[in-house]
Amino acid sequence: MDLKAPHSMGTTIIGVTYNGGVVLGADSRTSTGMYIANRASDKITQLTDNVYICRSGSAANSQIVSDHVRYFLHQHTIQLGQPATVKVAANLVRLISYNNKNMLETGLIVGGWDKYEGGKIYAIPLGGTIIKQPFAIGGSGSGYLYGFFDQAWKEKMTKDEAEQLVVKAVSLAMARDGASGGVVRTVIINSDGVIGNFYPGDGLPLWHEELESHNSLLDILNASGPEPMNI
Amino acid sequence: MATTMVKEVGSEPAQLLGPESASERTLYPYVTGTSVVALKYKDGILMAADMGASYGSTLRYKSVERMKSIGKHSLLGASGEISDFQEILHYLDELILYDNMWDDGNSLGPKEVHSYLTRVMYNRRNKFNPLWNSLVLGGVKNGQKYLGMVSMIGVNFEDNHVATGFGNHLARPILRDEWHENLSFEDGVKLLEKCMRVLLYRDRSAVNKLQIAKITEEGVTISQPYALKTFWGFSAFQNPTVGAEGSW
Repeated sequence: MDLKAPHSMGTTIIGVTYNGGVVLGADSRTSTGMYIANRASDKITQLTDNVYICRSGSAANSQIVSDHVRYFLHQHTIQLGQPATVKVAANLVRLISYNNKNMLETGLIVGGWDKYEGGKIYAIPLGGTIIKQPFAIGGSGSGYLYGFFDQAWKEKMTKDEAEQLVVKAVSLAMARDGASGGVVRTVIINSDGVIGNFYPGDGLPLWHEELESHNSLLDILNASGPEPMNI
Repeated sequence: MATTMVKEVGSEPAQLLGPESASERTLYPYVTGTSVVALKYKDGILMAADMGASYGSTLRYKSVERMKSIGKHSLLGASGEISDFQEILHYLDELILYDNMWDDGNSLGPKEVHSYLTRVMYNRRNKFNPLWNSLVLGGVKNGQKYLGMVSMIGVNFEDNHVATGFGNHLARPILRDEWHENLSFEDGVKLLEKCMRVLLYRDRSAVNKLQIAKITEEGVTISQPYALKTFWGFSAFQNPTVGAEGSW
Protein backbone atom coordinates (compact mmCIF):
# COMPACT_ATOMS: atom_id res chain seq x y z
CA MET A 1 0.00 0.00 0.00
CA ASP A 2 1.34 3.37 -0.96
CA LEU A 3 0.64 5.17 2.30
CA LYS A 4 2.67 8.17 1.17
CA ALA A 5 0.34 8.80 -1.77
CA PRO A 6 -1.67 11.98 -1.25
CA HIS A 7 -5.28 11.60 -0.16
CA SER A 8 -7.22 12.05 -3.36
CA MET A 9 -10.93 12.06 -3.97
CA GLY A 10 -10.94 10.20 -7.28
CA THR A 11 -14.59 11.04 -7.24
CA THR A 12 -17.69 11.64 -9.23
CA ILE A 13 -19.32 15.03 -8.64
CA ILE A 14 -22.40 16.44 -10.34
CA GLY A 15 -24.40 19.68 -10.20
CA VAL A 16 -27.72 20.05 -12.03
CA THR A 17 -30.15 22.99 -12.24
CA TYR A 18 -33.89 22.36 -12.31
CA ASN A 19 -37.02 24.48 -12.40
CA GLY A 20 -36.64 26.19 -8.99
CA GLY A 21 -33.18 25.32 -7.70
CA VAL A 22 -30.19 23.01 -7.95
CA VAL A 23 -29.31 19.42 -7.05
CA LEU A 24 -25.71 18.60 -6.13
CA GLY A 25 -24.52 15.01 -5.99
CA ALA A 26 -21.31 13.11 -5.17
CA ASP A 27 -19.93 9.67 -4.29
CA SER A 28 -18.23 9.09 -0.91
CA ARG A 29 -14.84 7.48 -1.61
CA THR A 30 -11.51 9.01 -0.54
CA SER A 31 -8.41 7.04 -1.47
CA THR A 32 -4.73 6.96 -0.47
CA GLY A 33 -3.27 5.23 -3.50
CA MET A 34 -5.32 2.07 -3.88
CA TYR A 35 -6.51 2.00 -0.25
CA ILE A 36 -9.90 3.50 0.55
CA ALA A 37 -9.09 5.80 3.46
CA ASN A 38 -12.69 6.92 3.94
CA ARG A 39 -15.62 5.02 2.41
CA ALA A 40 -18.25 7.49 3.63
CA SER A 41 -16.80 10.96 3.02
CA ASP A 42 -18.97 14.02 2.55
CA LYS A 43 -17.72 15.81 -0.57
CA ILE A 44 -20.52 18.37 -0.68
CA THR A 45 -19.42 21.16 1.61
CA GLN A 46 -21.33 24.19 2.81
CA LEU A 47 -20.04 27.67 1.90
CA THR A 48 -23.08 29.65 3.07
CA ASP A 49 -26.70 28.83 3.97
CA ASN A 50 -27.64 28.93 0.30
CA VAL A 51 -24.43 27.94 -1.53
CA TYR A 52 -22.66 24.57 -1.47
CA ILE A 53 -19.56 23.24 -3.24
CA CYS A 54 -18.70 19.77 -4.62
CA ARG A 55 -15.01 18.90 -4.18
CA SER A 56 -12.81 16.61 -6.29
CA GLY A 57 -9.11 15.98 -6.78
CA SER A 58 -6.73 16.47 -3.87
CA ALA A 59 -8.67 16.23 -0.59
CA ALA A 60 -6.29 18.62 1.18
CA ASN A 61 -6.34 21.26 -1.58
CA SER A 62 -10.13 21.23 -1.97
CA GLN A 63 -10.68 21.47 1.79
CA ILE A 64 -8.40 24.46 2.19
CA VAL A 65 -9.94 26.27 -0.79
CA SER A 66 -13.45 25.69 0.67
CA ASP A 67 -12.31 26.86 4.11
CA HIS A 68 -10.85 30.08 2.67
CA VAL A 69 -13.96 30.80 0.61
CA ARG A 70 -16.22 30.14 3.61
CA TYR A 71 -14.14 32.63 5.63
CA PHE A 72 -14.34 35.37 2.98
CA LEU A 73 -18.01 34.76 2.25
CA HIS A 74 -18.83 35.04 5.95
CA GLN A 75 -17.28 38.49 6.10
CA HIS A 76 -18.86 39.47 2.79
CA THR A 77 -22.34 38.45 4.05
CA ILE A 78 -21.93 40.64 7.15
CA GLN A 79 -20.82 43.63 5.06
CA LEU A 80 -23.53 43.12 2.44
CA GLY A 81 -26.30 42.65 5.00
CA GLN A 82 -27.95 39.83 3.02
CA PRO A 83 -27.13 36.33 1.74
CA ALA A 84 -24.29 36.16 -0.80
CA THR A 85 -25.17 35.32 -4.39
CA VAL A 86 -24.01 32.10 -6.05
CA LYS A 87 -22.05 34.17 -8.60
CA VAL A 88 -20.00 35.89 -5.89
CA ALA A 89 -19.27 32.59 -4.13
CA ALA A 90 -18.20 30.96 -7.38
CA ASN A 91 -15.95 33.85 -8.30
CA LEU A 92 -14.21 33.75 -4.93
CA VAL A 93 -13.49 30.07 -5.55
CA ARG A 94 -12.20 30.96 -9.01
CA LEU A 95 -9.85 33.64 -7.65
CA ILE A 96 -8.20 31.22 -5.27
CA SER A 97 -8.00 28.42 -7.86
CA TYR A 98 -6.64 30.73 -10.57
CA ASN A 99 -4.10 32.63 -8.50
CA ASN A 100 -2.67 29.44 -7.03
CA LYS A 101 -2.92 27.31 -10.15
CA ASN A 102 0.67 26.05 -9.86
CA MET A 103 0.08 24.58 -6.44
CA LEU A 104 -3.51 23.35 -6.51
CA GLU A 105 -4.99 20.17 -7.97
CA THR A 106 -8.70 20.40 -7.38
CA GLY A 107 -11.80 20.53 -9.60
CA LEU A 108 -14.86 22.15 -8.04
CA ILE A 109 -18.56 22.62 -8.76
CA VAL A 110 -20.33 25.50 -6.97
CA GLY A 111 -24.12 25.35 -6.76
CA GLY A 112 -26.79 27.28 -4.89
CA TRP A 113 -29.87 29.46 -4.95
CA ASP A 114 -30.22 33.22 -4.54
CA LYS A 115 -33.21 35.57 -4.94
CA TYR A 116 -31.78 37.40 -7.97
CA GLU A 117 -30.86 34.54 -10.31
CA GLY A 118 -32.54 31.48 -8.75
CA GLY A 119 -30.72 28.15 -8.97
CA LYS A 120 -27.27 28.32 -10.62
CA ILE A 121 -24.32 25.96 -11.19
CA TYR A 122 -20.73 27.09 -11.84
CA ALA A 123 -17.94 24.68 -12.81
CA ILE A 124 -14.37 25.57 -11.77
CA PRO A 125 -12.00 22.98 -13.22
CA LEU A 126 -8.18 22.76 -12.82
CA GLY A 127 -6.52 26.06 -13.67
CA GLY A 128 -9.31 28.29 -12.36
CA THR A 129 -11.57 28.69 -15.38
CA ILE A 130 -15.13 29.57 -14.40
CA ILE A 131 -18.05 28.34 -16.50
CA LYS A 132 -21.74 28.80 -15.79
CA GLN A 133 -23.64 25.72 -16.97
CA PRO A 134 -27.15 24.25 -16.68
CA PHE A 135 -25.42 21.12 -15.39
CA ALA A 136 -21.82 20.20 -14.59
CA ILE A 137 -19.94 16.95 -14.02
CA GLY A 138 -16.46 16.49 -12.57
CA GLY A 139 -13.97 14.12 -11.02
CA SER A 140 -12.46 10.96 -12.47
CA GLY A 141 -15.87 9.25 -12.63
CA SER A 142 -17.30 11.97 -14.84
CA GLY A 143 -15.43 10.54 -17.84
CA TYR A 144 -17.97 7.73 -17.88
CA LEU A 145 -20.92 10.14 -17.87
CA TYR A 146 -20.42 12.49 -20.82
CA GLY A 147 -22.36 10.27 -23.21
CA PHE A 148 -25.00 9.58 -20.57
CA PHE A 149 -25.69 13.27 -19.94
CA ASP A 150 -25.60 14.15 -23.65
CA GLN A 151 -28.54 11.79 -23.96
CA ALA A 152 -30.37 12.07 -20.62
CA TRP A 153 -30.17 15.78 -19.77
CA LYS A 154 -33.18 17.99 -20.52
CA GLU A 155 -34.25 21.52 -19.61
CA LYS A 156 -36.87 22.38 -16.98
CA MET A 157 -36.86 19.13 -15.00
CA THR A 158 -38.75 18.87 -11.73
CA LYS A 159 -36.91 18.55 -8.42
CA ASP A 160 -37.52 14.80 -8.25
CA GLU A 161 -36.51 14.21 -11.87
CA ALA A 162 -33.30 16.13 -11.30
CA GLU A 163 -32.43 14.21 -8.14
CA GLN A 164 -33.20 10.85 -9.81
CA LEU A 165 -30.92 11.79 -12.69
CA VAL A 166 -28.08 12.72 -10.32
CA VAL A 167 -28.40 9.52 -8.25
CA LYS A 168 -28.55 7.37 -11.42
CA ALA A 169 -25.51 9.11 -12.89
CA VAL A 170 -23.33 8.87 -9.77
CA SER A 171 -24.32 5.22 -9.41
CA LEU A 172 -23.35 4.49 -13.05
CA ALA A 173 -19.99 6.20 -12.58
CA MET A 174 -19.35 4.27 -9.35
CA ALA A 175 -19.91 1.03 -11.24
CA ARG A 176 -17.00 1.72 -13.57
CA ASP A 177 -14.63 4.12 -11.80
CA GLY A 178 -12.44 2.44 -9.20
CA ALA A 179 -11.82 5.82 -7.62
CA SER A 180 -15.53 6.38 -6.95
CA GLY A 181 -17.76 4.36 -4.67
CA GLY A 182 -19.55 4.05 -1.35
CA VAL A 183 -22.79 5.97 -0.93
CA VAL A 184 -24.44 8.68 -3.04
CA ARG A 185 -25.01 11.97 -1.23
CA THR A 186 -27.25 14.67 -2.69
CA VAL A 187 -27.98 18.23 -1.60
CA ILE A 188 -31.04 20.04 -2.96
CA ILE A 189 -31.03 23.86 -2.68
CA ASN A 190 -34.02 26.08 -3.49
CA SER A 191 -36.03 29.00 -2.07
CA ASP A 192 -37.37 26.76 0.71
CA GLY A 193 -33.91 25.87 1.98
CA VAL A 194 -31.52 22.93 1.85
CA ILE A 195 -32.23 19.19 2.00
CA GLY A 196 -29.47 16.58 2.18
CA ASN A 197 -30.11 12.96 1.17
CA PHE A 198 -28.21 9.72 1.57
CA TYR A 199 -28.42 6.68 -0.73
CA PRO A 200 -26.44 3.72 0.66
CA GLY A 201 -24.40 1.56 -1.73
CA ASP A 202 -26.65 -1.47 -1.47
CA GLY A 203 -29.80 0.55 -2.22
CA LEU A 204 -28.64 1.74 -5.63
CA PRO A 205 -29.83 0.21 -8.92
CA LEU A 206 -27.91 -2.69 -10.44
CA TRP A 207 -26.21 -2.20 -13.78
CA HIS A 208 -24.70 -4.54 -16.39
CA GLU A 209 -22.87 -7.54 -14.90
CA GLU A 210 -23.84 -6.55 -11.35
CA LEU A 211 -25.75 -9.03 -9.21
CA GLU A 212 -28.29 -8.98 -6.36
CA SER A 213 -26.45 -9.16 -3.07
CA HIS A 214 -26.64 -11.87 -0.41
CA ASN A 215 -25.44 -12.25 3.15
CA SER A 216 -23.51 -15.40 2.31
CA LEU A 217 -22.95 -18.09 -0.33
CA LEU A 218 -24.40 -20.52 2.22
CA ASP A 219 -27.83 -18.91 1.87
CA ILE A 220 -27.73 -19.47 -1.87
CA LEU A 221 -26.54 -23.07 -1.57
CA ASN A 222 -29.15 -23.96 1.04
CA ALA A 223 -31.98 -22.22 -0.81
CA SER A 224 -31.61 -23.91 -4.16
CA GLY A 225 -30.51 -27.33 -2.95
CA PRO A 226 -27.81 -29.44 -4.59
CA GLU A 227 -27.13 -28.05 -8.00
CA PRO A 228 -24.41 -28.80 -10.54
CA MET A 229 -21.70 -26.18 -10.23
CA ASN A 230 -19.07 -25.09 -12.74
CA ILE A 231 -15.83 -27.04 -12.74
CA MET B 1 45.48 9.53 -19.29
CA ALA B 2 42.62 7.33 -20.41
CA THR B 3 39.19 8.78 -19.92
CA THR B 4 36.53 6.26 -19.04
CA MET B 5 32.81 6.71 -19.06
CA VAL B 6 31.52 5.33 -15.80
CA LYS B 7 27.88 4.31 -15.55
CA GLU B 8 26.31 5.59 -12.33
CA VAL B 9 25.18 3.09 -9.79
CA GLY B 10 21.49 2.36 -10.08
CA SER B 11 21.07 3.01 -13.81
CA GLU B 12 18.20 1.29 -15.59
CA PRO B 13 19.01 -2.33 -16.49
CA ALA B 14 17.62 -1.63 -19.98
CA GLN B 15 20.58 0.65 -20.75
CA LEU B 16 22.97 -2.17 -20.03
CA LEU B 17 21.06 -4.64 -22.18
CA GLY B 18 20.91 -2.42 -25.25
CA PRO B 19 18.00 -0.62 -26.91
CA GLU B 20 16.54 -3.57 -28.76
CA SER B 21 16.18 -5.62 -25.54
CA ALA B 22 14.33 -2.88 -23.66
CA SER B 23 11.14 -3.38 -25.63
CA GLU B 24 11.05 -7.09 -24.78
CA ARG B 25 10.62 -6.60 -21.06
CA THR B 26 7.30 -6.42 -19.26
CA LEU B 27 7.39 -2.96 -17.77
CA TYR B 28 3.96 -2.60 -16.24
CA PRO B 29 0.65 -4.43 -16.18
CA TYR B 30 -2.43 -3.31 -18.14
CA VAL B 31 -5.47 -5.43 -17.26
CA THR B 32 -5.22 -6.60 -13.65
CA GLY B 33 -7.09 -8.70 -11.15
CA THR B 34 -7.00 -7.92 -7.45
CA SER B 35 -6.73 -10.09 -4.30
CA VAL B 36 -7.13 -13.85 -3.99
CA VAL B 37 -7.68 -15.30 -0.49
CA ALA B 38 -7.45 -18.97 0.47
CA LEU B 39 -7.44 -21.16 3.56
CA LYS B 40 -7.18 -24.83 4.56
CA TYR B 41 -10.26 -26.33 6.13
CA LYS B 42 -11.35 -29.76 7.37
CA ASP B 43 -11.87 -31.41 3.98
CA GLY B 44 -9.42 -29.45 1.82
CA ILE B 45 -8.91 -25.91 0.55
CA LEU B 46 -11.31 -22.99 0.14
CA MET B 47 -10.34 -20.13 -2.18
CA ALA B 48 -12.12 -16.86 -3.02
CA ALA B 49 -11.54 -14.24 -5.68
CA ASP B 50 -13.69 -11.53 -7.19
CA MET B 51 -14.45 -11.47 -10.91
CA GLY B 52 -13.07 -8.03 -11.68
CA ALA B 53 -10.31 -7.05 -14.11
CA SER B 54 -9.32 -3.39 -13.99
CA TYR B 55 -7.73 -1.30 -16.72
CA GLY B 56 -5.91 1.26 -14.61
CA SER B 57 -8.59 2.85 -12.48
CA THR B 58 -11.44 1.71 -14.74
CA LEU B 59 -13.35 -1.38 -13.61
CA ARG B 60 -13.40 -2.66 -17.16
CA TYR B 61 -14.34 -6.35 -17.04
CA LYS B 62 -16.60 -7.73 -14.35
CA SER B 63 -17.04 -11.41 -15.19
CA VAL B 64 -13.49 -12.70 -15.31
CA GLU B 65 -12.80 -16.11 -13.73
CA ARG B 66 -9.55 -15.76 -11.85
CA MET B 67 -9.58 -19.28 -10.41
CA LYS B 68 -9.12 -22.34 -12.60
CA SER B 69 -8.74 -26.03 -11.84
CA ILE B 70 -5.50 -27.69 -12.86
CA GLY B 71 -5.60 -31.43 -13.50
CA LYS B 72 -7.59 -33.45 -10.97
CA HIS B 73 -6.08 -32.26 -7.74
CA SER B 74 -5.28 -28.55 -7.92
CA LEU B 75 -6.81 -25.09 -8.14
CA LEU B 76 -4.95 -22.00 -9.28
CA GLY B 77 -6.00 -18.48 -8.37
CA ALA B 78 -4.24 -15.45 -9.82
CA SER B 79 -4.02 -11.73 -9.30
CA GLY B 80 -2.12 -9.28 -11.50
CA GLU B 81 -1.91 -9.12 -15.30
CA ILE B 82 -4.67 -11.28 -16.80
CA SER B 83 -2.86 -11.94 -20.09
CA ASP B 84 0.08 -13.41 -18.16
CA PHE B 85 -2.34 -15.58 -16.16
CA GLN B 86 -3.80 -16.87 -19.43
CA GLU B 87 -0.27 -17.67 -20.62
CA ILE B 88 0.40 -19.59 -17.40
CA LEU B 89 -2.80 -21.58 -17.90
CA HIS B 90 -1.53 -22.47 -21.36
CA TYR B 91 1.81 -23.72 -19.94
CA LEU B 92 -0.06 -25.74 -17.32
CA ASP B 93 -2.34 -27.24 -19.97
CA GLU B 94 0.77 -28.55 -21.71
CA LEU B 95 2.23 -29.79 -18.44
CA ILE B 96 -0.93 -31.72 -17.58
CA LEU B 97 -1.21 -33.05 -21.12
CA TYR B 98 2.30 -34.47 -21.09
CA ASP B 99 1.67 -35.89 -17.64
CA ASN B 100 -1.46 -37.68 -18.91
CA MET B 101 0.41 -39.00 -21.93
CA TRP B 102 2.69 -41.05 -19.66
CA ASP B 103 -0.48 -42.98 -18.85
CA ASP B 104 1.20 -44.44 -15.80
CA GLY B 105 -1.59 -44.04 -13.28
CA ASN B 106 0.17 -41.11 -11.60
CA SER B 107 -1.00 -37.54 -11.83
CA LEU B 108 0.63 -34.27 -10.85
CA GLY B 109 -0.39 -33.10 -7.40
CA PRO B 110 -0.55 -29.57 -6.03
CA LYS B 111 2.98 -29.69 -4.59
CA GLU B 112 4.41 -30.53 -8.02
CA VAL B 113 2.39 -27.88 -9.83
CA HIS B 114 3.46 -25.29 -7.26
CA SER B 115 7.08 -26.25 -7.73
CA TYR B 116 6.75 -25.96 -11.52
CA LEU B 117 5.15 -22.53 -11.23
CA THR B 118 7.86 -21.36 -8.84
CA ARG B 119 10.55 -22.32 -11.35
CA VAL B 120 8.71 -20.59 -14.21
CA MET B 121 8.18 -17.36 -12.23
CA TYR B 122 11.72 -17.24 -10.89
CA ASN B 123 13.35 -17.90 -14.24
CA ARG B 124 11.29 -15.17 -15.92
CA ARG B 125 12.26 -12.79 -13.11
CA ASN B 126 15.93 -13.56 -13.71
CA LYS B 127 15.52 -12.50 -17.33
CA PHE B 128 13.91 -9.20 -16.27
CA ASN B 129 10.72 -10.24 -18.04
CA PRO B 130 8.38 -11.34 -15.25
CA LEU B 131 4.94 -12.79 -15.51
CA TRP B 132 3.18 -10.06 -13.61
CA ASN B 133 1.10 -12.25 -11.29
CA SER B 134 0.77 -13.42 -7.71
CA LEU B 135 -0.44 -17.00 -7.77
CA VAL B 136 -2.23 -19.10 -5.16
CA LEU B 137 -2.05 -22.85 -5.65
CA GLY B 138 -4.19 -25.15 -3.54
CA GLY B 139 -5.09 -28.81 -3.67
CA VAL B 140 -5.59 -32.17 -1.99
CA LYS B 141 -3.92 -35.41 -2.98
CA ASN B 142 -3.99 -38.68 -1.10
CA GLY B 143 -5.51 -36.94 1.89
CA GLN B 144 -2.73 -34.35 2.07
CA LYS B 145 -3.91 -30.72 1.93
CA TYR B 146 -1.57 -28.25 0.24
CA LEU B 147 -1.78 -24.47 -0.04
CA GLY B 148 1.01 -22.36 -1.49
CA MET B 149 1.77 -19.00 -3.06
CA VAL B 150 4.23 -17.71 -5.70
CA SER B 151 4.89 -14.06 -6.43
CA MET B 152 6.06 -12.42 -9.68
CA ILE B 153 9.64 -12.41 -8.44
CA GLY B 154 9.58 -16.08 -7.49
CA VAL B 155 9.10 -15.79 -3.73
CA ASN B 156 7.17 -18.90 -2.74
CA PHE B 157 5.91 -20.49 0.44
CA GLU B 158 3.14 -22.66 1.88
CA ASP B 159 0.87 -21.86 4.76
CA ASN B 160 -2.50 -22.60 6.32
CA HIS B 161 -3.90 -19.42 4.78
CA VAL B 162 -2.56 -17.17 2.03
CA ALA B 163 -3.62 -14.04 0.19
CA THR B 164 -2.34 -11.85 -2.63
CA GLY B 165 -2.16 -8.07 -3.05
CA PHE B 166 -4.36 -6.13 -0.68
CA GLY B 167 -5.48 -9.40 0.86
CA ASN B 168 -2.07 -9.60 2.50
CA HIS B 169 -2.74 -6.41 4.41
CA LEU B 170 -6.45 -6.68 5.05
CA ALA B 171 -7.37 -10.39 5.02
CA ARG B 172 -4.37 -12.14 6.61
CA PRO B 173 -4.71 -10.33 9.98
CA ILE B 174 -8.31 -11.55 10.16
CA LEU B 175 -7.20 -15.06 9.23
CA ARG B 176 -4.37 -15.03 11.77
CA ASP B 177 -6.92 -14.26 14.46
CA GLU B 178 -9.78 -16.50 13.40
CA TRP B 179 -8.38 -19.45 11.46
CA HIS B 180 -8.02 -22.78 13.22
CA GLU B 181 -7.50 -26.41 12.20
CA ASN B 182 -10.54 -28.38 11.08
CA LEU B 183 -12.78 -25.50 10.09
CA SER B 184 -16.10 -26.75 8.75
CA PHE B 185 -17.15 -25.83 5.21
CA GLU B 186 -19.69 -23.31 6.54
CA ASP B 187 -17.22 -21.66 8.92
CA GLY B 188 -14.57 -21.54 6.20
CA VAL B 189 -16.95 -19.87 3.75
CA LYS B 190 -18.08 -17.34 6.37
CA LEU B 191 -14.47 -16.53 7.23
CA LEU B 192 -13.55 -16.02 3.57
CA GLU B 193 -16.64 -13.84 3.06
CA LYS B 194 -15.62 -11.74 6.05
CA CYS B 195 -12.26 -11.14 4.36
CA MET B 196 -13.81 -10.44 0.94
CA ARG B 197 -16.26 -7.96 2.47
CA VAL B 198 -13.41 -5.95 4.06
CA LEU B 199 -11.64 -5.97 0.70
CA LEU B 200 -14.83 -4.67 -0.94
CA TYR B 201 -14.95 -1.78 1.52
CA ARG B 202 -11.28 -0.87 1.36
CA ASP B 203 -9.72 -1.98 -1.95
CA ARG B 204 -10.36 0.41 -4.83
CA SER B 205 -10.04 -2.31 -7.44
CA ALA B 206 -12.47 -4.71 -5.78
CA VAL B 207 -15.71 -5.55 -7.55
CA ASN B 208 -18.85 -6.92 -5.89
CA LYS B 209 -19.08 -10.17 -7.80
CA LEU B 210 -17.15 -13.13 -6.49
CA GLN B 211 -16.71 -16.86 -6.60
CA ILE B 212 -15.68 -19.29 -3.87
CA ALA B 213 -13.98 -22.51 -4.89
CA LYS B 214 -13.43 -25.66 -2.90
CA ILE B 215 -11.03 -28.52 -3.51
CA THR B 216 -11.32 -31.79 -1.68
CA GLU B 217 -10.13 -35.30 -2.39
CA GLU B 218 -13.20 -35.70 -4.62
CA GLY B 219 -12.30 -32.79 -6.89
CA VAL B 220 -12.75 -29.11 -7.64
CA THR B 221 -15.98 -27.10 -7.50
CA ILE B 222 -16.21 -23.41 -8.26
CA SER B 223 -19.40 -21.66 -7.12
CA GLN B 224 -21.67 -19.59 -9.31
CA PRO B 225 -20.87 -15.85 -9.24
CA TYR B 226 -22.65 -13.92 -6.47
CA ALA B 227 -22.55 -10.54 -4.71
CA LEU B 228 -22.13 -9.73 -1.01
CA LYS B 229 -24.35 -7.41 1.03
CA THR B 230 -22.54 -4.38 2.40
CA PHE B 231 -23.37 -2.28 5.43
CA TRP B 232 -23.70 1.50 5.28
CA GLY B 233 -26.09 2.09 8.16
CA PHE B 234 -23.74 3.59 10.73
CA SER B 235 -25.23 6.82 12.11
CA ALA B 236 -21.80 8.40 11.67
CA PHE B 237 -22.14 7.95 7.91
CA GLN B 238 -25.33 9.99 7.68
CA ASN B 239 -23.91 13.42 8.45
CA PRO B 240 -20.19 13.07 9.01
CA THR B 241 -19.39 16.76 8.92
CA VAL B 242 -22.11 17.98 11.26
CA GLY B 243 -20.54 19.94 14.06
CA ALA B 244 -17.23 20.15 12.21
CA GLU B 245 -15.83 23.58 11.50
CA GLY B 246 -14.32 22.64 8.17
CA SER B 247 -14.87 20.37 5.24
CA TRP B 248 -13.84 17.08 6.83
